[in-house]
Parts: sequence; structure tokens; C-alpha cells
Amino acid sequence: MSINTQPVTINLGPQHPSTHGVFRLRVTFDGEQVIDVEPVFGYLHRGTEKLAEERNYVQIVTLTDRLDYVAAMTNNLAYVRAVESLAGISVPDRGMYLRVISAELQRIASHLIATGFLLDELGAFHTPLIYCFRERERILELFEMLCGARITVSYMRPGGVFQDAPIDFWPRLDDFLSSMPGYLDELEGLITENEVVLARTRDMGILSAQDAIDASITGPVLRATGVQWDLRKAEPHEVYDRLDFDVPIGSVGDTYDRYYVRVQEMRQSLRIVQQCVEQIEPGPVRSETPYFIRPDAVDTYVGTESPKGELGFYIVSDGGISPYRMHIRAPSFINLTTLRDLLVGWKMADLIVIFGSIDIVVGEVDR
Amino acid sequence: MMEIEILRSGFDFLGIYGFFDGFMPDNLDWLVFLITSVILAMVIINALVISTALLTWFERRMLGRFQSRLGPNRWGPFGLLQPIADLVKLLTKEDTIPEGADKPVFTLAPIVFLVPALIVFAVIPLHGSSFLGRLNIGLIFVIAITSVNTLAIFMAGWSSLNKYAMFGAMRAVAMLVSYEIPMGISVVGVAIAAQTLGLSNVVLAQDIPFILVMPLGFLVFITAASAEMSRTPFDLIESDSELGAGYHTEYSGAKFALLQLTEFMAPVIVAALVTTLFLSGWRGYGPIPGPVWFIIKTFVVLFGFVWIRASWPRLRVDQIMSLAWKGLLPLSIVNLFVIAVEVFIFNPGEAGLSTRDLLIMTGINWSITIIALIVIFNVMGQSKLKRPEPVALPLANMYANTTVSKKATDLAEAD
Amino acid sequence: MSIPITGEHAASKINQNVPGSVVNFSATDVWVKVDKLIDIFSCLKNDSELDMQFLNSITAVDYIEYFELVYHLRSLRQNTTLIVKTKCFGREDITIPSISGVWRGAELQEREIWDLMGINFSGHPNMKRILLWEGFPGHPLRKDFIR
Repeated sequence: MSINTQPVTINLGPQHPSTHGVFRLRVTFDGEQVIDVEPVFGYLHRGTEKLAEERNYVQIVTLTDRLDYVAAMTNNLAYVRAVESLAGISVPDRGMYLRVISAELQRIASHLIATGFLLDELGAFHTPLIYCFRERERILELFEMLCGARITVSYMRPGGVFQDAPIDFWPRLDDFLSSMPGYLDELEGLITENEVVLARTRDMGILSAQDAIDASITGPVLRATGVQWDLRKAEPHEVYDRLDFDVPIGSVGDTYDRYYVRVQEMRQSLRIVQQCVEQIEPGPVRSETPYFIRPDAVDTYVGTESPKGELGFYIVSDGGISPYRMHIRAPSFINLTTLRDLLVGWKMADLIVIFGSIDIVVGEVDR
Repeated sequence: MMEIEILRSGFDFLGIYGFFDGFMPDNLDWLVFLITSVILAMVIINALVISTALLTWFERRMLGRFQSRLGPNRWGPFGLLQPIADLVKLLTKEDTIPEGADKPVFTLAPIVFLVPALIVFAVIPLHGSSFLGRLNIGLIFVIAITSVNTLAIFMAGWSSLNKYAMFGAMRAVAMLVSYEIPMGISVVGVAIAAQTLGLSNVVLAQDIPFILVMPLGFLVFITAASAEMSRTPFDLIESDSELGAGYHTEYSGAKFALLQLTEFMAPVIVAALVTTLFLSGWRGYGPIPGPVWFIIKTFVVLFGFVWIRASWPRLRVDQIMSLAWKGLLPLSIVNLFVIAVEVFIFNPGEAGLSTRDLLIMTGINWSITIIALIVIFNVMGQSKLKRPEPVALPLANMYANTTVSKKATDLAEAD
Repeated sequence: MSIPITGEHAASKINQNVPGSVVNFSATDVWVKVDKLIDIFSCLKNDSELDMQFLNSITAVDYIEYFELVYHLRSLRQNTTLIVKTKCFGREDITIPSISGVWRGAELQEREIWDLMGINFSGHPNMKRILLWEGFPGHPLRKDFIR
């Protein structure tokens, strides 16, 4: 006896608990099985690239906060590096150390969110998520001491950072650095060896290394496939060449590897911040830079390792006070290239988890 | 005065019946029967609803503590009045029915969902002679009545005309039907050991709590029961990260309140059942009266449920099914077989198993449980799966052209 | 540090494999002819010396007289980068060959360029608007776009 069945098409999103913002997936199911996926972009498109053409180089920093809104520091860093490369601005040592400290703290915060929401999508009723948010809160408090804002920080400027850290920032940072490894152990104890987590993530959504390179995928998703590629090592900007850290990689390229690479990266980021705290010396935090920067009529592309992957800014200048054209190479956006291949054939529950493990932020996808 | 009299008379059906029968003429027996039934129904329903309200508060408070936050703490002492606030909010919401919904079925579903939950509680013995606890087919009654909720969930999901609800309903049918089998078989083990189907008598047979006598049966029962009431790690019927809300996506207002009420009532009922079947019900030690023991044990079980909910992720639909058919079903059959053989050898007759027999069974069953669990973990477990060590593929070399030498980091790794 | 490959070196390499396709080169960039894009990129990707396995980003710039497409390539093995540019003239109905057959990573980025800049890619598997909705008037990143 055969039963006559027909595929069901479901709109996952734009309003859905697991789509990381207003992202929409038009999914066709055969029973529980995914047979087709079509991502629909653009619900959060704000035209950042167009807006940037009407603002001067310092004002654009605030626009970059709103790209990947859970990792504003690294967005700032990527943008100001592009402007510095364009206009040939140098940065004093203390400014660079402060940048690295804040960027690595932001990387921890972003990975905490990625891990927490991944577990939330696995169905762990908010407990790991809230554990992650508890620690992220301490990072945000540190940011608040640095620049008065928590999410949209706008901390960096072409030529450095806009102000030095207050004196009581350093004891708080030490406090955080000493307690965070223990917390990560606690989180791993809850997740890493959990039978259900293993059953749900191992060998799910495998991305091969060659496919990942072919599809321009970067960041933890690429590293989980076993390709050791990190711009902090390949193009040691700021002071990364003075710091000792490893680049963790995965072996299979599945959801579990993507999770585990992020956890290990958090530990490496802690190492980096620790070394920065030891090496940083008093001095100016920003070089003398005019408010209106007028670079020569050239173009430049600078990529920076953001928590999601390579965040690149391509800026074309016509000699004026605002860019003639600014293009953002958004890692979240490009990492979605192979989304369909990753999802087709899995069950509905896996769809949510694999999609979550890529870790996108819609602000960056749609820009 | 009347209440005290009822309490003294044993607080059960016959006691209340006898009390009213005393001052009513003989030809009004039917009225006495009716009054007694209504009183009992009122007591059961109110006890259950109030304890469910307490459970919502307890669960949210406990989850709050597990998640290093406070939980509801604004209204009343420790937020105890929060359930009332929730109820008022839900009842004052607009009660919407989707345009394409099958209206009668949509309306009926919450009722079909709620009523069996209330009925089940009637046979649970709070103490020696309470309510219908001595119903001589109590166990079969419980299994039969609880299976109705599959129908209710499917009614709710089907009539909503919503694809998410439909997904939830389909999963519910597959999962609930599967898990009834191991649950039923593990209950049969209890029935054989206790030599009875009446819940009161099951308690009386537990000179040693059955959790010690048949740990395997207990594990199977509690796992299957968590699936039956669709709680973590089996909450895929309404898995919030995939389906939004599952079968009750389209419900609002009073209907939603009824569905939520039943959903939170399920743990109370299951905990009471576990207490009765495996934790020796109202029996306890010292001067503490039986019902208090019963409530304490129930809350311990409920705490266990909340703990599991706070810390476990959810399994996928096919993994849940394979756990039922490949894991729990063999375990429950092993349990049933062992119990049956042991009871056959001891051949207790009318008197039931003696304490000495139960102690011997405890010893044998614990060793069998440990062996069975080791076997199952090795067959179905994930930790044994070895993964390759991460090796940097030759597709990329980020140390090319850089001043950072690879050696420095290698040395650091060796530290 | 990633070393940028000089335009001269890349130009000679491209001319070897696809003769007559290089228009111009500077210290860092190479300008190539639009109609031979696929051949050029296949050769850059498969060439063992340049080894540009990784397409970093594609973007387009509106210089009023012409559109310039900028391809940022990267070699992960040798840690080198290369910038290839191409110019296409005209304002309406511009169509250039899609390189999504060479690198899948181009798929979404080419759709984005079509959406925001109005350059059509022939041979793309799914040439639709991506960030804006179908029926949006005009292409907003063009310099002559008026709201």
C-alpha cells in the first residue's frame, strides 16, 4: 500500500524564534525531511553602503556598529583599518593594544552569543544561553567603562581609539580574565560531552574544506573544516604579531566542530587579552588626525578577522571628505552561500541547528 | 462540622457516601450518590488545579534559580500569586479562532485534552482508603485514560489549519503512541510484583519501594512518562525553537489557558503516579501523616523534572523514536521478564511478596539494571564514537610570508 | 603579511594563458577585458604558481562613464592577494559573464551587485534581486539613483 503524500512549504521567518533576527527561509518539507531551501534576504536592509557615501569618514564609524550588532568593536576595527590604509594614518602603540583588547573581548562576547543560541536551538531551555549572557554582560560592562556604550560602541577612530581606558578598567578586566576560564570549563561541562548535544550535532551539516574555500567561506565555519586560516596570523595587523596564540581548527566540519572551534577560540582570545594587559604601556591612544580626512583619490581593500569571518571594507576615495564608494565584504552574508547544500536532506530540527551553527547576524547579512 | 466528619470518615467515596446515607431516606440513594460524586469531583479538580498553579510558580522559580536569575517575584510573597496574574491575563485576552479552522474540533480540543488529566487523578490514592484508589483495575484505567491526550493534541493541531501546528500534531501522534508501549510494559512489571492492579494495593505491596526493587522499570517508566507529557528532552511536540509553539500555535485566551493548564497538570499527575508506583505512595516513617509523605515525594519527583528541563537539550524526532523502539522497549521487556521469572520462583500466592523476597529481588535487579544500561549505552551512546584529530589541511598556509614563525606557536602548544 | 601580487606579474601571467585579454595594469591592479572573464579566472584559479583558490569579494563601482568591477582574490597556500578589475561601459542592459561557475562564492555577491548596481550576470544560476524586492524601481547604489 502506498500513501499519497505531498510536500509542504513553510516560511521559517521572518518572524521565527530561531532565525537570528528577521531572516526568512522558504523551506519545502517532505514529512520532516528538508527537500528544498530558499533563503530570502533583505528584511533588515538599511543601505549602509549608500548611507556611507553621504557621511564623512569619522561619522561612518557609527554605521559600522550596526552591521554585526553583536560584535560592534570588530566592525569598528575593520573599518578604521581600511580608512587608515587609505589615508596613511599611523596608530600609537597604546591605541593598538586597546583595540586588540576590545576586539578580542568582543570576539568572546560574539562567540558566547553564538554558542548560547546554538544550545537554545538544540532545545536546552535557555540555561546555557543565560549562562553565556551572564558572562557577556560583564564584557559589555567593560565596554561601558571604555566608551559609555554597550552594544553600539563606536569606540575606535581613524588613528586610534577615542579615549583611554579609565583607571578602574584594569582591575575589572583582571577580574574578568581570572574568572572566565573557570566559567568556560563550567559551560563545557554542561555541553561538550552531553549525550544529546553529541547526538544532535556530530556529523550533522558537514561542510568539506574544498567546498568551503570554493564558496568563499571564512571564519570559524572555515576553520571547523580543518583549514587553518586566520587573518590575525596571515596578515598580523595591529599588534597581533607580538602576541602568542593558536588558531584552533576542527576535523570534520560538522556542527559540533563549529561549536567547539568557537569555544577554543574564546580561550585563545583570553590568552591574547592577558598578554596585551601585560605588554601595554602608557602613551597616547590616538594620533593627531583631522576630523575631516581627505585621502588621495585611491581605492583600498582591507580585511579583518571578525568573529564571523573576514570582514572587509573596500573604500574608493575621490579626494573628498566622504568615500566615493564603500563596499562591505560581510562574512555572515557570504557564509550563507552553501546554505542550501548544507540543509537539504536533513530533518527540520537539524535545519534550525545547522543554520544556527553558521552564526549569522542579520544586520550584517542585509546591511 | 460536616467537613471534619468527612475527614474523619476516611475522605474516600464510601466514607462520604456513608455520611450522607445516614440522614437521607433510602429511596434517595441516587441523590446521595450524586452529591458524593460532585463533592469528590470538586475536591479532585480544585486540588489538581491549585497544585498545577503552584507547579507553574515552582517550575518558573526553580528554572530561575538554575539559570542564575530570580524568576517571578513581584506579586505576593515570593511571587506566589503569579499564577493568578497569568490566569487573569489569559482569560481577558481575545479568544480568536482562525478563519479556516475547523471550529467545533478547535473548540473541543482543549476540553478533550483537560478532562482525562482530571479523571486520572481520581484513582490516585493520597492515603490508604482515599477516593477511588481501590478501583481494582486502577493501572489499566490510568494507561487507558492518559492515551486520550494523543487524540486531543492531534485534534488541536489538525483543526488549526496551521502548518506548524500540523507538524507538532504529527510528531505527537508518532511519539506518544510509541512511548505508550514501554510505559505500559514497565507498569506491568509493577502489577506482577504487587500481584494487583489496584493502585492502593500497589502501595500496600511496597514494603520496599519499587524504585529499589525494579530500578530498570522505574527508569523506563520515568523516561517514557516524560515523553508522554512531552517535556525535555522529548518536547518536540511544541519545540519552541523549531515550531514556535507546536500544536497550540493558533490558540489564545481561555482555550490557550486550558491547554497550558493541562500541560502543567501532566507533570503533577505523572509525579503522583511515580510516587504511587515506585516510591511507596503515602507510606513513610515517623509521625508525619501519609498525605504529607505523598506530597513530599511528589515534589521531589517534580523537582527532578524541572532539573532535567533546565539542563538538557532536545532530541530529534527520529532519535526519539529510535530511543523508544531500540532502547526503552528492550529494556522494559528485560525488566518484565526478570520480574516475572522472579515472582514465578518465589510463588507468593495470595499473601504477596514478603520483605525477604523483595530484598533478594532488589539485589538481582540492580545488577541486571547496571548490565543492561551499560549494554544500551554502548549500543546507542555517542561518546564512544571517535573523531579524527584535527590536522591542518594543506589547502592553506597562513604562516607563509609572515614574520610569525610557526615554530613559536608549536612550542606554545607543547607547554 | 599577505603579499599583494604586482599587476605586472599578474598581467604577464594572464596574457600567457589568455592572450590579448589584459587591458592595463598598475602596481597593484590588473584591468582585463570583460568578455574573457571566465577564462581568466579559471586560469588564475588553476595556475599552480599564482594559485588563487579563494575569491575574497566582488564589488562594482559606478564611475558615471563606466562601471568598474573589482575582484579580490587570495591564495590561501601562498598568502598572496591579487586585485583584478574590469570596466564595462554603458548605463542600460549591461550584461557580463558570471563567474559563479568558477567560484561558488560569487553567487550571492553577483546577485547583490545586480540588485544594487544593476549589472546583469549571464550564466548565473539564480539571477534575482536579493536585498530589495522584485519590482523595486532602479538600482540604489548607482550615482544617478534618485529616491
